[in-house]
Amino acid sequence: MTSPNAEATTAETFDTAPPADSNSAATSQSAITAEIVQIEAGYRASGVTELQPRLDYPPYRSTILRHPTKDPRHVDPETIELWSPCFGHRDVHAIEADLTIQHGGEPIGERMIVTGRVLDGNGRPVRGQLVEIWQANAGGRYLHKRDQHPSPIDPNFTGVGRCLTGDDGSYRFTTIKPGPYPWKNHRNAWRPAHIHFSLFGTEFAQRMSTQMYFPGDPLFPLDPILQTVVDADARNRLVASYDHDVSQHEWNTGYRWDIVLTGRGRTPMDEEDAA
Amino acid sequence: MSPALPPTAGQTVGPFFGYALPYDRDSELVPPGHPRAVRLSGRVIDGAGQPVPDALLELWQPDEAGSVVRQEGSLRRDGWTFTGWGRASTDDTGTYTFTTLKPGAEPGKAGFFLITLFARGLPNRLFTRAYLPQDAAVLDSDPLLSSLPEPERATLISRADEGGFRFDIVMQGEGETVFLRYPGH
Repeated sequence: MTSPNAEATTAETFDTAPPADSNSAATSQSAITAEIVQIEAGYRASGVTELQPRLDYPPYRSTILRHPTKDPRHVDPETIELWSPCFGHRDVHAIEADLTIQHGGEPIGERMIVTGRVLDGNGRPVRGQLVEIWQANAGGRYLHKRDQHPSPIDPNFTGVGRCLTGDDGSYRFTTIKPGPYPWKNHRNAWRPAHIHFSLFGTEFAQRMSTQMYFPGDPLFPLDPILQTVVDADARNRLVASYDHDVSQHEWNTGYRWDIVLTGRGRTPMDEEDAA
Repeated sequence: MSPALPPTAGQTVGPFFGYALPYDRDSELVPPGHPRAVRLSGRVIDGAGQPVPDALLELWQPDEAGSVVRQEGSLRRDGWTFTGWGRASTDDTGTYTFTTLKPGAEPGKAGFFLITLFARGLPNRLFTRAYLPQDAAVLDSDPLLSSLPEPERATLISRADEGGFRFDIVMQGEGETVFLRYPGH
């Protein structure tokens, strides 16, 4: 129904919309990429392995005023810090793991299953714990009032899911593949397609949020958020694998992604003591 | 013991968690009308002294007796069960508010709230403790507080206000909050 003129107007309006930060929005991708490459070269030369993202990562402009300048203070945990909140079937219904059945019809896009396990640093499953996800729709649009990307909202897709891990630490979501989307970090900035994950372990300090990416995305080297993780192997661990055994005949494609939380968690003996 | 697996790296929650992570009564660990309800509130401030309107805080604490709570039901509050955990978003003034109970402590130890901070522009979560304002001798005996010079120590101690406790979080710069790192994490 939209005329070519209307489309052109929409595109122009978006392109020229006032950016959140006019300085950063004037920066080109090539300038951002040069910063990314320089930081990674410095990291490789340092010989130190960094498994977590840098909080101070200037190519991701929003970190500039939001990173602590002091290193975190090392502290020995008190009892409460050896535990994490407890979630159960009172909190989460099984259907919340299927993001494709939350409305009256089928969402647009590539239906897929994302599955994997949540493990502690010893490879032990994190059982019965909450996993939350959120994501853009197939056109790269979030159902959020601050997302003004002129790509259609899908009335059949909210993009929010929850589940509890099984006894083997496994989680499983049915959803659609999210699209890449533009953001205002710099001129012509595009986020690679991703799904946000929120995770809990058995200890307070295992709490984390992260993002899962899809294999082979050409936007990886251009994205200052993924690149906050300066270690290439650590970045690769954020990328899911296509798993044909998860794909189902004439129904969905499948991706597999395991998540390893920091630390070793409580031992089974600790659990018995507490019970 | 098996060799340690490398951890999955954290990534920012970005700007669009607001329709996904908050939920009904997320910040009300007890209903506001609870006879012993206290308010834990404050502002989140960035390195330019500006409020951070798109942060998400989580609270984890023991019950009034100082015991770890092992109750499900945080996501579907029934108005009776204290789960020890909640979630609050900052508003346009950078302010967050929890309604909760005063955390107890083991005998002779200093009581505190635990806070996890997420935000756009924050590539990984930050942890801190918000201590109750309490007897100086108890605070002085705390291993963390006693290891910190005064300006830093003060960032971890909440102030009493009319509804409960006030605890501001400064992400960067003057008065920067002390954030915590635990062994193995």
